[in-house]
Amino acid sequence: MADREQWQAEYDRSRLRRKRFETMSGLPLEPVYGPDDAELPGQWPFTRGPYASMYRSRLWTMRQFAGFGTATDTNARFKELLAAGGNGLSTAFDMPTLLGRDSDDPLAKGEVGRAGVAVDTVADMEALFDGIDLGAVSTSMTINSAASVLMAMYIGVADRTGVDRAALAGTVQNDILKEYQAQKEYVFPPRPSVRLVTDLIRYATSELPRWHPVSISGYHIREAGSTAAQELAFTLANGFAYVEAAVAAGLAVDEFAPRLSFFFNAHIDFFEEIAKYRAARRIWARWLRTRYGAAEERSWQLRFHTQTAGVSLTAQQPEVNLARVAIEALAGVLGGTQSLHTDSYDEALALPTERAARLALRTQQVIAEETGVAHVADPLGGSWFLEALTDELDGKAEALFARIGEAGNGSMLEGVIAGIEDGWFCSEIADASYRFQANLASGQWIQVGVNGYTDGDDSVTSTLYIDPEVEVRQLADLAEVKQRRDDEAVRRSLRRLQHEAADPEVNLMPALIDATAAYATVGESMSALESVFGTWSEPPVG
Amino acid sequence: MTTASTRPIRVLVAKVGLDGHDRGLRIVARILRDGGCEVVYGGLRQTPETITATVIEEDVDVVGLSMHNGAHLTLGPAVVDALRRAGLSTPVILGGIVPEVDVGRLKDAGVVAVLGPGAPGDEVLEAVRSAAGSAGRDD
Repeated sequence: MADREQWQAEYDRSRLRRKRFETMSGLPLEPVYGPDDAELPGQWPFTRGPYASMYRSRLWTMRQFAGFGTATDTNARFKELLAAGGNGLSTAFDMPTLLGRDSDDPLAKGEVGRAGVAVDTVADMEALFDGIDLGAVSTSMTINSAASVLMAMYIGVADRTGVDRAALAGTVQNDILKEYQAQKEYVFPPRPSVRLVTDLIRYATSELPRWHPVSISGYHIREAGSTAAQELAFTLANGFAYVEAAVAAGLAVDEFAPRLSFFFNAHIDFFEEIAKYRAARRIWARWLRTRYGAAEERSWQLRFHTQTAGVSLTAQQPEVNLARVAIEALAGVLGGTQSLHTDSYDEALALPTERAARLALRTQQVIAEETGVAHVADPLGGSWFLEALTDELDGKAEALFARIGEAGNGSMLEGVIAGIEDGWFCSEIADASYRFQANLASGQWIQVGVNGYTDGDDSVTSTLYIDPEVEVRQLADLAEVKQRRDDEAVRRSLRRLQHEAADPEVNLMPALIDATAAYATVGESMSALESVFGTWSEPPVG
Repeated sequence: MTTASTRPIRVLVAKVGLDGHDRGLRIVARILRDGGCEVVYGGLRQTPETITATVIEEDVDVVGLSMHNGAHLTLGPAVVDALRRAGLSTPVILGGIVPEVDVGRLKDAGVVAVLGPGAPGDEVLEAVRSAAGSAGRDD
């Protein structure tokens, strides 16, 4: 049938990473299996994967998230990860940076450089990527509220090091909607926040052809305690909301949809997770084509990053986490992920040590090089069990979309905002989280080392120690930058930012690029926006 | 404790600092409520000063702080100090991701108990009851 020919043509055109794909014992392997009328990878509706040749052309990107201390400390960790065979950088920022506050803000005390790297000005961003060619790596920046400001700084570093903006490759998370629902790192109210997201999508569409301006994230929704179906549905609903916002801002769906990317959790229920990724691809394709009228195949293809479930890790008998992470990572790969972060086994106790972070990367390398699972696309496709589970998750997600769409009188954007404003998402997630906790308490769910098989060694030899001197050094660096910058230029650029923030028609990226290039701090840029946008606090918990 | 007042233990649960991971906080709030405590849900982004003000306003018996951002050594003691400066002896319990090596330092700074990740509900309730008992609620 035509589908099969189309797939074969695409497969034949793909460059493969090796000549032969065979089992360990030498049995030759087909690129994909199934009856003649089976769905195929790279073909509508993409249940089996976005590409015809999947991992035969390119393995997933092993993208380990790292960041702690000062920019110089994290720069050294980046270089180690690149030297160890990692091929994508992923930046964790500290809490003050994530919330757009400077290291010398009174609320930042005790948090500078703790859970990620501290970035106050473009000078820190330069130190973070010192000696790394931004035109040659792909960088992921995990930041949301202050995403546009940090993106402006990254562009600033490219400008200073002579890298063409168009050569920048990577992703900025920039997914504010799930912050109100789950991770709670919000600053401004939802509507102006969505405008910032849309501005960056518009900017990337015209200036940064290799950049993914938003990574629509279910990871945090799941970590906050949701079910797999809720993770799937809320994430895709947020995706539809961004599509509607960008279209309302004047973009054509095929202009930007190919560069929207997703980020899912890999939790411990193996088959449910694989079914979730398959359902996600199929739903996205269906909605983009039929509901939003996308005509390009690339707009229909959902591509995603995966991280193993931090919340599945236990502080009890922490080495057991190595087994959990391996199983979760395997689910991500069997589900066809485009990139993967494996958690370190010590993360329920502290930030990961270098040794634990290396073991996490090695786990991915074992899956990639030794298990053979990357030889065949969607190897579990066609399993009666998996196909039924995929259909069931698809159906559950559709029911939740109907509820959200109803709340928004037909608009997913309005429905999502309504569910944020009335606390619906938060209470749905909290209920699911509590149900899981009750199952754990009653013993209906056994977590090894926690409520079963508890005899064993709980001790961990060493955890990463963050020197309190980090805060002192960062404050000194910030003071020095403030000393030598041109204050008048900073004031002028911030006035422009404030002025443009008041006009919803103006794209704020150019003003942010100017302000950060003049060494305006993260906090100063965010304050200028806050003076126009106001702040958000969540509805009371009942 | 046999002649303890009939009023249930009133617990303030909150996060101090910037971190927004509130799954644990919300679960602990329900565990305490189910266990017969009165829960004052302080929520996110509290400071030592707002915690102290709430303790006074709501006549709180025990403060429970949830921390996942590595700032516990700064913020835990800061809350205890703010309470003591206000003349309050309210016990402070800390829960979340706290490396073992920091537990002693937190206790030296006046935190009465540190609950690790995955602490069962009974342990949470026991820590709160014991803190409320030892705080001399009869004074």
